[in-house]
Amino acid sequence: MTATQLTVPQPIRRPARTPNVPGASGQVALRALRKYFRTPGLWIMGIVQSAMFLFSFRYVFGGAIHAGPTSYVDFLVPSYVATIVLFTGGGIAVAVAEDKVQGFTDRLLSLPVPRYSLVLGRTLADSATNLWSIVTTAAFGFLFGFRLLGSWQEGLAALGLCAIYAVVFTVVFIVMGLFAPNAQAAQGMSLIAFVFAFISSAYVPATSMPGWLQPFSKYQPITPMVDAVRSLLVGSTSDLGLALAWSALLIAVFTPIAVMRYRK
Amino acid sequence: MSAGSPAGTEPPIAPLLQARGLTVRFGKVTALDGLELTAPAGQVLAILGPNGAGKTTFVRAVATLVRPTSGELLVRGRDVVREAAGVRRDVGLAGQFAAVEPTMTGRENLEMTARLFGHGRSAARQAATAVIDQLSLAEVADRRTGTYSGGQRRRLDLGASLVGGPRLLLLDEPTTGLDPVSRREVWEAVRGLAASGTDILLTTHYLDEANELADQVVVIDHGRVIATGTLSELKASIGRDLIDVTVSDVGQAGAAGEILERVTMSPARLEPGSRHVTAGAPGGPAELAAVIGCLEDASIAVDEIGIRRPTLDEVFVALTGDPDTDRAPAAAGQMNNRRAR
Repeated sequence: MTATQLTVPQPIRRPARTPNVPGASGQVALRALRKYFRTPGLWIMGIVQSAMFLFSFRYVFGGAIHAGPTSYVDFLVPSYVATIVLFTGGGIAVAVAEDKVQGFTDRLLSLPVPRYSLVLGRTLADSATNLWSIVTTAAFGFLFGFRLLGSWQEGLAALGLCAIYAVVFTVVFIVMGLFAPNAQAAQGMSLIAFVFAFISSAYVPATSMPGWLQPFSKYQPITPMVDAVRSLLVGSTSDLGLALAWSALLIAVFTPIAVMRYRK
Repeated sequence: MSAGSPAGTEPPIAPLLQARGLTVRFGKVTALDGLELTAPAGQVLAILGPNGAGKTTFVRAVATLVRPTSGELLVRGRDVVREAAGVRRDVGLAGQFAAVEPTMTGRENLEMTARLFGHGRSAARQAATAVIDQLSLAEVADRRTGTYSGGQRRRLDLGASLVGGPRLLLLDEPTTGLDPVSRREVWEAVRGLAASGTDILLTTHYLDEANELADQVVVIDHGRVIATGTLSELKASIGRDLIDVTVSDVGQAGAAGEILERVTMSPARLEPGSRHVTAGAPGGPAELAAVIGCLEDASIAVDEIGIRRPTLDEVFVALTGDPDTDRAPAAAGQMNNRRAR
């Protein structure tokens, strides 16, 4: 009896319950983080890219841009950190599109996992990697001559606001990846983010743009979002309400789209 | 973990699959067109059909990844729409692409999937180890799957669908794109699983694969079932033997074909430049004797002659119709390539 039992392969038990939301989201996030940090091309290129753009703005274009009373580096760095995810977030859309094309999303959807844990896990992981690029970009900012005008607490508050934006942009890029038919298309779609980044008060004072362009710059979300970061650095909370309202609106619109789109 | 307590109560023995009028449309494309199927549990079921027949859509419907446009699909008695969560617990899917994470090791992949099936940490570890043993992946288990061969990756993908102890394993074209050695590896694994009592539904357009693995075959085309049965039943359903003649001289193949047609009263098949002629023989062995006599009278030298049951390829072509006229050019080309093997 025991002899035969030894040769029979160990049957794999069926789990007694289906995974809960934190557990499933955690696994989805863990896998995305492993992929990111185990692919040096992804995180090293992220750092190189953000340093390169910052270098170009600061030292190449910067001399030609008049930022009013503040020096350009002090004008640029806060908003650059706030919008860095718009430059690096294309990778999120690409990763989401790849998962879909390569069958990984199908595998997840065939498992008894709560549907929104797919979006939640992905958002957690990508927000974490975005936070990483925010911190490294801020470090480059200091390296390239940025100095805090206010207290360090105000600096931390500004960084925290950037972290909120990281979550917001993550969800937007996830949705792009879900609508893209493949990775290349996702890469292309994510260039839309450049339009919002450039036609805003992030890198040049909005007043320097031609009159017909200024309304777009003024009423799109990025301008109040970066203005709020700049304000926090000098201890002011003007623009903060509008920036948080935009963040909440974007999350509220894009999260349900992502959840529904994942189900398809 | 409590020791082996059954998870929920088992439904009374329901058919493995029950499809009634199952229709799936994507825009204007009808992938499944009122498919009817009842498959009992306890077997390996192969879904056979040309490209675009609806095989993958059917598997995706069983895995709850596409919702039926109309009709009904029950998996072990559970409705794929109303009881999707229950179906997902029952089913393990290994799709056309090996959906494993290349930057993670085999073991990490298996443990992750086990957790996503609902296992706790230690149960997930046990399940991963059991699967690694079962599929002979021990040597590579702790290497990143990006370094795996195609066959190893497919086997791991198969393993990932097993860690939740599924009642039904779905394999969508499990060996497409694999070299012959890797195919055998996957076949061995599937046979092992079937022997251990897992129900398996696999799709394939390789007839030899169905021959190797399946107890029961369902042939679908244009989103409908056009034949079901065991392989020998399917062969018998074509209902006639075939006479093969190989002439010594290519120049006489045409004459041999005419004799075959005259005797058997059925069209002979003759590939240009080939010495090989085939025709159906509704009259059985008596016609073989007559053919041999006529060939001798006409002084046609013959290397080989015989009567046989049709091959699965011939059954398949007979069931799905002539692929050259019936299908888009690209799909027809692929069919021809397969037949040429």
